[in-house]
Formats: sequence, C-alpha cells, structure tokens
Amino acid sequence: MKRRILAALSGGVDSSVAALILQREGFEVIGVSMDLYDFSEVTKNRSGTCCSLDDLYDARRVCDRLEIPYYVLNLRDEFRREVIDPFVREYSSGRTPNPCVLCNEHLKFRALLRKADELGAEGVATGHYAVIQREESGRCRLFAAPDTSKDQSYFLFSLDSPRLTRIRFPVGGMMKSEVRVIAEEAGLTVSEKRESQDICFVTDETYASFLGRKGIREKEGHFVDREGTVLGAHRGILRYTVGQRRGLGIAAKEPLYVVAIDAEKNEVILGAGDEILSGSATVARWSFVSGAPPAPEFRATVKVRFRHPGVLATVRCEGEKLKVVFDVPQKSVTPGQALVIYDGNEVLGGGWIECAGA
Amino acid sequence: MRKVYLDHNATTPVHPEVRIAVAPFLSDLFGNPSSIHWAGRDVRKAIEDARQETAAFFGCQPLEIVFTSSGTESDNLAIKGIAFRKGNAGKHIVTSAVEHPAVINTCRFLEGQGFRVTYVPVNRHGIVEAGSVRAAIAKDTILVSVMNANNETGCVMPIREIGRLAREAGVLMHTDAVQAAGKIPLDWKDLPVDLLTFSGHKVNGVKGAGGLIVRKGIEMAAVIHGGHQERGRRGGTENVVGIVAMGKAFSLLRENMSDEVRETRRLRDRFEKALFDRIPDLVLNGHPTDRLPNTINISFRFVEGEALLLNLDILGIACSSGSACTSGSLEASPILMAMGADPVDSQGALRFSLGMGNTDEDVDYAVESIEAVVAKLRAMSPLVRREAKAR
Repeated sequence: MKRRILAALSGGVDSSVAALILQREGFEVIGVSMDLYDFSEVTKNRSGTCCSLDDLYDARRVCDRLEIPYYVLNLRDEFRREVIDPFVREYSSGRTPNPCVLCNEHLKFRALLRKADELGAEGVATGHYAVIQREESGRCRLFAAPDTSKDQSYFLFSLDSPRLTRIRFPVGGMMKSEVRVIAEEAGLTVSEKRESQDICFVTDETYASFLGRKGIREKEGHFVDREGTVLGAHRGILRYTVGQRRGLGIAAKEPLYVVAIDAEKNEVILGAGDEILSGSATVARWSFVSGAPPAPEFRATVKVRFRHPGVLATVRCEGEKLKVVFDVPQKSVTPGQALVIYDGNEVLGGGWIECAGA
Repeated sequence: MRKVYLDHNATTPVHPEVRIAVAPFLSDLFGNPSSIHWAGRDVRKAIEDARQETAAFFGCQPLEIVFTSSGTESDNLAIKGIAFRKGNAGKHIVTSAVEHPAVINTCRFLEGQGFRVTYVPVNRHGIVEAGSVRAAIAKDTILVSVMNANNETGCVMPIREIGRLAREAGVLMHTDAVQAAGKIPLDWKDLPVDLLTFSGHKVNGVKGAGGLIVRKGIEMAAVIHGGHQERGRRGGTENVVGIVAMGKAFSLLRENMSDEVRETRRLRDRFEKALFDRIPDLVLNGHPTDRLPNTINISFRFVEGEALLLNLDILGIACSSGSACTSGSLEASPILMAMGADPVDSQGALRFSLGMGNTDEDVDYAVESIEAVVAKLRAMSPLVRREAKAR
C-alpha cells in the first residue's frame, strides 16, 4: 500500500519537481493548490504571482503529466483571517508585516496538514528551499538550504518539530539549476515565472491603495525628528517603513531616514543615517523548532529581515519576550518584521519584532 | 458515379487519424471536463492537450486560446467582446466590405446598438489595401477587423501591414483566419494582431469546434455567459469531440502542412491552367498571385452559375457558387460586387477549392466535365445569342 502525500503546487518548477521526486520515491502523490482569494479583486494579471489563475493551470498540467489527481482547495476564509486581516492591522499600527511567514504557519503547514488528514495523507510536501533533518529519536530539525541564493528557511521559522515530521521539502537540499534540469528531462514544462518579491495578494496596486480598499483611511500627519520638532507633512503612515529614505519629500542638509512610526500620534519620526541603527530588538510571540529555547541566554546569528545577511547576537529570554542584543548595531530593525534565530545554518526559531532598542 | 470534392473551403473531410483520436470520447471518456473526479480528469487533460497542440501550431500560448463552437462564434466573440467591454475609448469599428457574414452581420447588429462601422472597400483584385484601412481609422476607433484570406476568392489580405497600422493608431486588430489557417503560414509571434479566429472543420477536424486566439492581457466581455469554462470567457460544456479533433488536426498539420500545401497548389495550378486553356470567356475573380494555394473563383461568361453548379453535381463534382452560406440566392455575390466585377458575368461565378484527397484524376475529370457542361449551357444561353448579335 503506497504512502499518500499531498504535494502543494504553485505552478512553478520547484513544487512541480518536488511532486515528481515524491512520485519516483514511490509515494501516491495528490496534487493540490490553494484557492486563497478572489483573483478578480486582486489583479487584472492572470499570472506571475503564487497561486494565480495561470499558475493553477500550470499546476494542473503538471498533474496531467504525472497522471496524479489535482484538487484546488478553497482556503479563502483562513487566508483572510490569518494573513490579510493581520496585514491590514499591522500597517494601520505603523508596523511593516511579513504575511508570507503567516501563510506558511497557518495555511501551508496547518490548514493543508488538516486537509492531509481529511484525505488520508501522511503530510504535505512543497517546493521550498530548506532542509528538514530527521533524527532517530523522531525529533526534526530545520536547516537553511545549501543553495543560499534560494534559501527560504527564514519564512519557515515558526514550524515546530511535530509538524516538521509531516512535512517534506524534496528539492530543499538541491541547487536550483539541478531542479531545472530534472524538470526539463521529465518534460515538465512550467513556464519560468517571474520570481516576485512582492506579496501575492497585492499586485496591481500600491499597498496604500490596497489598504484603502480595506477601509484604512490615510491621514496626513507630521514628519518629526527625535526631539519632536516638526519637519514637514506626510501623506499617511501606510506609505512608510523603517529605514526608508526615498519618497519623503523633505529637503534637508543630510539624507533623512524613517527611524520609527508612531501610529497613535500619526507621526513619522525621521533621523540621520546613524539614527536608524539599533543595538537590540524586543521580540514577541517567539517560538522554537525544538519547542524551547536552548538556554535562558545564548549566542546565535539572527536575521532581522529576509535578505539580511545575519548578525551575531545574544538572545535572552524574558518571559513572553526575547531580548536580542546585536554584536554590531543594525540598520532598519523594523517593528512587524520577523526575527529569525540561527545556530550556524540551523534554524532554532524566531519571533516578531515589537520594537528596536538602542 | 465518380465523386470529386472541390469544395474544401466549405468544409473538409475528417482526417482518418482524427477519427481514431476522437473515438475514446464517444465511449469510455464521456466525463464532463469540469468535473474534479476521475471521469472528468482525463477528458480535461485531453482538452488541454488539444489546446497545447493548437497553440503549438499557431505559435501562441495555450492560454491565449478560447475554444468556441465555430469560426462564426469566434468572430462574434472577438467583435462583441471588444465592443461591449468596459473602458473603450470610442464606438467606431473598421472592417472590410468582403468579410464573412459572421463579421458583417455582427457589425450590422452593432450599428443598431449605437456603434459606427466603416466597411472599407477592396480594389478590383479583391484586396483590402492597408492605406484604405488607415484612412478609415478615426480617433474613436476601437477595433479593426480584416480577414486574413477571403473564403470566396481566396484573396490574401495584407494583414501584417494593416495590423501594424492599427497598432500605431492604438487600435486592436482582429483577423478572421478561418480560411487562411492550414493553407498559408501563420505565426502568432510575427503577427501584429490581437485576436484571430480559426475553425476546426476547415482543417480536416470535425464540425462544431473553432477558436479565438486572444493576445495575453486583452480583456473582453463574454458573449456566452454561463459556467467558468474557458476561464470565464465562454460558458458552456465543451465540445470534447470537436476540440480533440481540432487539436489532432492541428498537430497533423504541423508535420504535414508544407507537403500538403505544395501538392494542393500544384493540382490547383494545373486545374486553373487547364480551364483557361480549354474554355474561352473566363474571368478570374481575385488576385492572380495573392491568393490561397487551393482556391479559384472563376466567372464563366454567358452561363448561369446555378445551372452550372447543378449540372456538375449530377456529374459528381461538388463545388460552390458564392460562399456556402450565401448560395441559394440568385443574387451575385456581394464579394464579387465589392470587387467591381461585372454583375452579369458574376452570375456565372463558381468557386473551386481543393484539399486533402484530391488527385490528378479528379482534376482531369473536373476539367472535362466543366468543359462539356459549359459548352452545353452556352449553346442554349440567351446571353450568348445576345452577345453574338452585339458583336
């Protein structure tokens, strides 16, 4: 009796090859895609982002080729509740959210795992670049991908060991170039997608106009400096993020950056280059893959955003929060972003930046 | 009785391999392609494979193809789909005087809905000139529709040039390529065209399936509203047999088109030469060279077309006068009138269109038969006696 597994397909080459590899390993693969939002509300374009209509078509054709069933699962309510609504709330609170982590946490590796249960499948496989290592004890550990240019481990920090036992990343340990070769040799023609860095549910418009449609009204307010001196007017805090330099519309002697956003006062605090450096961050809603921090205080490498190269830091557990002190002050430590904790290339865990400290 | 089919522009014989390809869909593979279960899945796959084959033939992307029931439906979709969509900057359409009724009558309908249509004339060879189209394009023009090749005369229009002009003017371009596809090379990548109509039963598929290529990014209104088939662009359960047949037909054409066209052209040229050599008082309707390789439209002077047609039918030769859609009336073809052809001569116009299955023997038999019938009819024709008196 074959082992059944769900292969979550985006229509792209990585998830398609992941499904193929599992099939070759002898699994009974069921291809699935997530229907997350009404496309007509989001974009005129029919392709180019995760899970758009053209992508679903490509995913279906891959399943035709592999001769496996393909289902599109309606997860619109979950997506709205767990990804879009928090996105809107964070922005209106002056923070810069990371919805992709939430999609992984709540949709791909929670809602889909529930669907796997419903369909009698042992778990879910995706095309993510990251490595899961299973130990004899049954415990699972998560590592960054060897293809560092594709590594997505940052977005997976919230997955815990029990869930990781039911997840597979069949291409996670490979180089992207290898994956492409496998796809070509197998005749899996998936069009090369633009690898969008943008959010999948906001494509044809700015975040500001998207948020406007969700009921967030832009209010003009003041740019101020650290002392509170008014420097000019801003058009709405939604348009700004910590570390931003362009689009401020303020003439000054030296370049000015967004240092912080005060949603209550509707103010954007600006400062000179050195003022956007932070020596520490307070992290909330933290989690560790193993279930607990390695020690009450420990050394690690942390990333404060996806493309951050990482910095050595000391992590201290302070009850519900983590206090992370960087060895070297970092630019643009932004409330709302995820802070991910690594030991070498192993993902230990992470959490959400509440505020930056001196 | 010997049967010779010379009416391929009306419809074509079903290719034997097409018949084999569609057989499973008349038995085990009966599912609705929109069903998510096993019965629908294999049928859905077959439709998408057909789409892929069709896209490979035209050089477009599979998802640029909307399957319809016919060339006529595709023309309706192209023109109404653009006319009725939101956000148009005008209500003017430019088309030609020699389009298929599917285009002409759709345009006439739109005139009754508040649209303005300009029917650009043709030159005496029956060709729509690019300059005439350019002159007709106005500030409020939203669509140019000019056929790739005319069904009655076989004239091939300069749509690359016309498409370029339309593009420069910022206007969408549609072409009805129903007759052209499979007879002359067509590559979507080189065509400055936004919408292209094709039909399955003109390329040795079965009747009941056609399609419209819609360039990626173009939004259109639907004409047939219903389920989400064809990604919301055309509702209705798909004609599986028709679509599978069409996909197979296009896939066969990819391999065989140049050989088949070469042979058809050879036979047509032989046929044409023999007719003009042996029968006096003939007029070629159409351009001498810018013509489909399989078509000849000839006016047999002093002879009535219907009489010629029926006599040939009795002898087993199938051809047509005017297009299949408009014959049955005694009026001269509007296409020939638009070319400035003599109305009396045009009463004796016949269209011969060759294709798969025709042989040299067919051609020889047809020439002999036509020669004999024409001679017989002229002997009794009042028109001949009148002409003789006039001379």
